[in-house]
Amino acid sequence: MNQRAPMSTMKLVYFAWVRERVGKAEEEIVPPASVTTVAELMRWLRERGEEYAHAFENPKVIRAAIDKSHVRPDTAIAGAREIAFFPPMTGG
Amino acid sequence: MPIKIRLQREDFDAAAEAAALTHGRTDVGALVTFTGLCRGAESGEPIAALTLEHYPGMAEAEIARHVEEALARWPLFGVTVIHRHGRIAPGENIVLVVTASSHREAAFAAAEFLMDYLKTRAPFWKQVESKAGTAWVEAKDADDAAAGRWAKPPGREAAE
Repeated sequence: MNQRAPMSTMKLVYFAWVRERVGKAEEEIVPPASVTTVAELMRWLRERGEEYAHAFENPKVIRAAIDKSHVRPDTAIAGAREIAFFPPMTGG
Repeated sequence: MPIKIRLQREDFDAAAEAAALTHGRTDVGALVTFTGLCRGAESGEPIAALTLEHYPGMAEAEIARHVEEALARWPLFGVTVIHRHGRIAPGENIVLVVTASSHREAAFAAAEFLMDYLKTRAPFWKQVESKAGTAWVEAKDADDAAAGRWAKPPGREAAE
């Protein structure tokens, strides 16, 4: 499944306070090949500027989804079309 | 089997939705209707409204996954889940879960299971609007504990 194909463009989407801190609801990125997991992607994003550093200052509280399914931080991102970051959910 | 999952801004009619699940059939012996409403105060502080943000596409998919799970666990004749998004004023409806079965145990359990998972796994986020401004509602440990009661058997999809 998770072959190391060259990284292509991925869509990132943000919700709730993650969206507010990053300052946008979505964006297209091309992460470097060294970024292989959701946790690594959060670390890489954190280096992109103050707003990202603020949004991802405590990665433990941030949840992620790949292509609209919940994933753990150690999940590989290869092949993902859309990766979402958001706080713990408070629906219902 | 009637399965209805809807996300909408508009209000819903809980009684009409419940009636729809039993209409024209005589095998339903138990119908549980749960409605979650917007309270007018949070931690003793009055609120003006709640705004519910959601992840379009994933919210429907996540609810559908849990409805499938409920169908696999309990002998249900029908399930309706309606979750509103957008701005919701105190006293208004937020969420509806209706479960139909031949006996009450399955209907009660499935409704509670669905609500516990909606609160912790469905991608919705509540923002409180009050005199003090707006604030995101923090997830409650109690809700995680409630969802944990239904922990899946080993070998299932394990994402946290």
